[in-house]
Amino acid sequence: MASGKVMDPENLNENVKKTVYAVRGELYLRASELQKEGKKIIFTNVGNPHALGQKPLTFPRQVMALCQAPFLMDDPHVGLLFPADAIAKAKHYLSMTSGGVGAYSDSRGLPGVRQEVANFILQRDGYPSDPENIFLTDGASKGVAQVLNALIRDEKDGVLVPIPQYPLYSATIQLLGGTLVPYYLTEEENWGMSINELRRSVTEARRKGICVRGLVFINPGNPTGQCLTEKNLGELIEFCIQERIVLMADEVYQQNVYQDERPFISARKVLMGMGPPASEALELVSFHTVSKGFLGECGQRGGYFEMTNFHPKTVDELYKVSSIALSPNVSGQIMMGLMVNPPKPGDISYPQYEAESKAISLSLRKRAHIMTDGFNACENVVCNFTEGAMYSFPQVKLPQAAVAAAKKAGKAPDVFYCLRLLEATGISTVPGSGFGQKEGTFHVRTTILPSEKDMPGIMESFKKFNQDFMAQYADAKSKL
Amino acid sequence: MQSGVDTSAPVYSKNGAAVREQTVSSGLNQSKGSSMPKKNPVSIQSINPKVLNAEYAVRGEIVIRAQALAEELKSNPGSHPFDEIIYCNIGNPQSLGQKPITFFREVVALCDHPSLLDKPETHALFSSDAISRASRIINKIPGQTTGAYSHSQGVTVCRDDIAAGIAARDGYPANPEDIFVTDGASPGVHMMMQLLLSSEKDGILCPIPQYPLYSASIALHGGTLVPYYLNENSGWGLELNELKKRLQEAHDAGTTVRALVVINPGNPTGQVLSEENQQDIVNFCKDEGLVLLADEVYQENIYAEGKTFNSFKKVARSMGLEDKDIVIVSFQSVSKGYYGECGRRGGYMEVTGLPKDVKDQLYKLASVNLCSNVSGQILVSLVMNPPKPGDSSYEQFARERDSILSSLARRAKVLTEAMNKLEGVSCNAAEGAMYVFPRLYLPKKAQIAAGEAGMKADVFYTRRLLDSTGIVMVPGSGFGQVCATSLKKMAISHTLYEELI
Repeated sequence: MASGKVMDPENLNENVKKTVYAVRGELYLRASELQKEGKKIIFTNVGNPHALGQKPLTFPRQVMALCQAPFLMDDPHVGLLFPADAIAKAKHYLSMTSGGVGAYSDSRGLPGVRQEVANFILQRDGYPSDPENIFLTDGASKGVAQVLNALIRDEKDGVLVPIPQYPLYSATIQLLGGTLVPYYLTEEENWGMSINELRRSVTEARRKGICVRGLVFINPGNPTGQCLTEKNLGELIEFCIQERIVLMADEVYQQNVYQDERPFISARKVLMGMGPPASEALELVSFHTVSKGFLGECGQRGGYFEMTNFHPKTVDELYKVSSIALSPNVSGQIMMGLMVNPPKPGDISYPQYEAESKAISLSLRKRAHIMTDGFNACENVVCNFTEGAMYSFPQVKLPQAAVAAAKKAGKAPDVFYCLRLLEATGISTVPGSGFGQKEGTFHVRTTILPSEKDMPGIMESFKKFNQDFMAQYADAKSKL
Repeated sequence: MQSGVDTSAPVYSKNGAAVREQTVSSGLNQSKGSSMPKKNPVSIQSINPKVLNAEYAVRGEIVIRAQALAEELKSNPGSHPFDEIIYCNIGNPQSLGQKPITFFREVVALCDHPSLLDKPETHALFSSDAISRASRIINKIPGQTTGAYSHSQGVTVCRDDIAAGIAARDGYPANPEDIFVTDGASPGVHMMMQLLLSSEKDGILCPIPQYPLYSASIALHGGTLVPYYLNENSGWGLELNELKKRLQEAHDAGTTVRALVVINPGNPTGQVLSEENQQDIVNFCKDEGLVLLADEVYQENIYAEGKTFNSFKKVARSMGLEDKDIVIVSFQSVSKGYYGECGRRGGYMEVTGLPKDVKDQLYKLASVNLCSNVSGQILVSLVMNPPKPGDSSYEQFARERDSILSSLARRAKVLTEAMNKLEGVSCNAAEGAMYVFPRLYLPKKAQIAAGEAGMKADVFYTRRLLDSTGIVMVPGSGFGQVCATSLKKMAISHTLYEELI
């Protein structure tokens, strides 16, 4: 081989080479380079609230600190810095462990925390949940990888993924050597999901000899933000039962909803509400995380997946795979407990917790509007409202001349646009091609996370850049 | 009775790793249409065979049985001839009473709740150097928080500190850009296997006995484990001739061997390699074009007189070998040593010698999971850069560290001697790591009884041990073995053992 190296790119695992994860891909790497050169960069490439100034909530951090350093609780001065309910909560979680946060827990996660997750699900949906079917993981992404790993045997196994999608799915399916089976969301209908489109997609895949085994949906959507109705979910469930497909519900943004017409409803709730036989027929797995919502604790790596109607031996196999990694990080597990079992009215820390969380949620709602309106005020840009999640996904109608210039530069048109945006304004986004989009359309994904203070400036910056860009590449006839 | 996979006790392949045989039924094709009777798409018959093939005895059937017994004890005390389950199956020190290092916990607590750093009362509860260390770290993290996703290789300040720690340890420079901080060392191992293994034609040389993360990871990624046998009679020595022989065999069988795994100090065997041995291994990898995967997580657990830890990178550099000559991956973790922070999931791999475009692929893999938990990243940077003489926390730190290490050394000696006194048991000294790996000479009658019970002899023994005493150990077959003699592993981190013996 050319380089004389053992690990020459020629002889690496092909699946690794084919994998793409744009969220931390070309644009992000270029942005990092520019940042090193001293340019001010606004990173809107990933849903990472704390990196953009959002503060962690006080109570969970107090509890975490005490769990990290339990000897503090032996010190008489501890009350100077920590309220009594934080101390009690820390003791509560530490008592669930055998040896504190430094010991490996059960590979599925601390039983006590899993019970709290089950309680949360019962309270949210009104249907009981079994902690034995709940596995905690180092972030939801790990859970997704684990389930897909069990599902995908070879390249003939396909998983339905919405386009546009969060590219964890495309990347993981590629790494596992499976086949992504796309189904397109309809931008003109507020990124709606159509059962006909699902049917079309499945039929085409089967014609090619693909065995379609799983269906991923993201609700609220990423990058698109749409919130599904109960009817939508019912249709999805019936479709999967009929076609014998495992339904994978990415529900990590369930606490990020910015309109009131379509509140979050979990797939499990709809399923259970349908009663038998449906409620026992569908294999459903639901994912959640501490990284989103109003906590935004991305760096903790706390997540879970809940299995419904899974074969017990399959659950055993997933347990076995979990055990190879020994256990998820215990602090992250405790953060999950704190998320699903927050301070209640009457607790000392409740008013502060309420105030902090409400402030963040209201601010996110406001920013969803500011950004959507800001994009819609730009020439050749059309943007659906961010109903949920943390992103804005405007469509940019690129003139022919721009498309040609991109081709000449050897870049996809939206990558070209985003790179120019970055160089001109320091705004680091992810081009729509990183998520998938209808052929011939171009999108940009940003987050709605920059602070309220910074947002107007950012939207102004974008508007000016876009104006200049459109002027530079205006179609010939509009120049006349 | 289900058709499909045989889920009885593991069967042993020629290469010594426990591999589950499976007879996959025609049920694989069942999930095509809608008119079949109710059969789950993800039933056991139709799950990824690589998942089915992976085995991990450290938390396998004995442990699952132990958990069931623990439940029975809880609901019905006195139902067994013991009061509690004693988990000696895993190196999980803090679950057995070992305390964390105070300084480390102070710093991570302050980093988790940095608003404490501005409060005057904090000085009443935390040592001053912990406060200044936490301040320094937090100020260098974008967003000044552990709650944000970091750079996919890890926060820069943590990688800088890790690199500085490696350089101080080895006397040769380390580059922060070569460091990938991970949730424990295990994800780093998985990433390398993913990169190296394209099909079952790709093989990885692994020591037998080995820590079964390697066999499991190779199975999950569809590669072939190529065993090389450590020599129990020479203190679990690693012999060059053995390596060469196994490599040749693999080549003859059509396997492309891509890497060599060496665990130093060894797990489960505890041996610490001599520098000469390490030089032979380095030359072997260089000459044969193998990536050297050096599992060095027990680098701070060495008990034998006169033995020291030398990292493989240090040995290679001291031989005059640079990045262009050899690819070395060194794995380290916060779970072992004197810190024992298993539950935190902190670790790193230092990857040297990769061409840039391959390193880019590794970065890409790391980026799909965004980053490892930030608190764990901070912890690993502290482990590699602990308090120095003169720091205000140094004395307490050194006291805690030395107490844990000397206790481990004592227990290693006590347990080995005790094992050797038992009838039908011989045991090599644990030079390092956290385990004793005694050899059992099981009588014919016992082996027959095991066969009748449908178990391997060592599984039979450990099962009987569990049922009679509540002590959980891992049968040696979980780590691979030379032949049908039985071996078991026991963790020496258990404090109660000092009293029992």
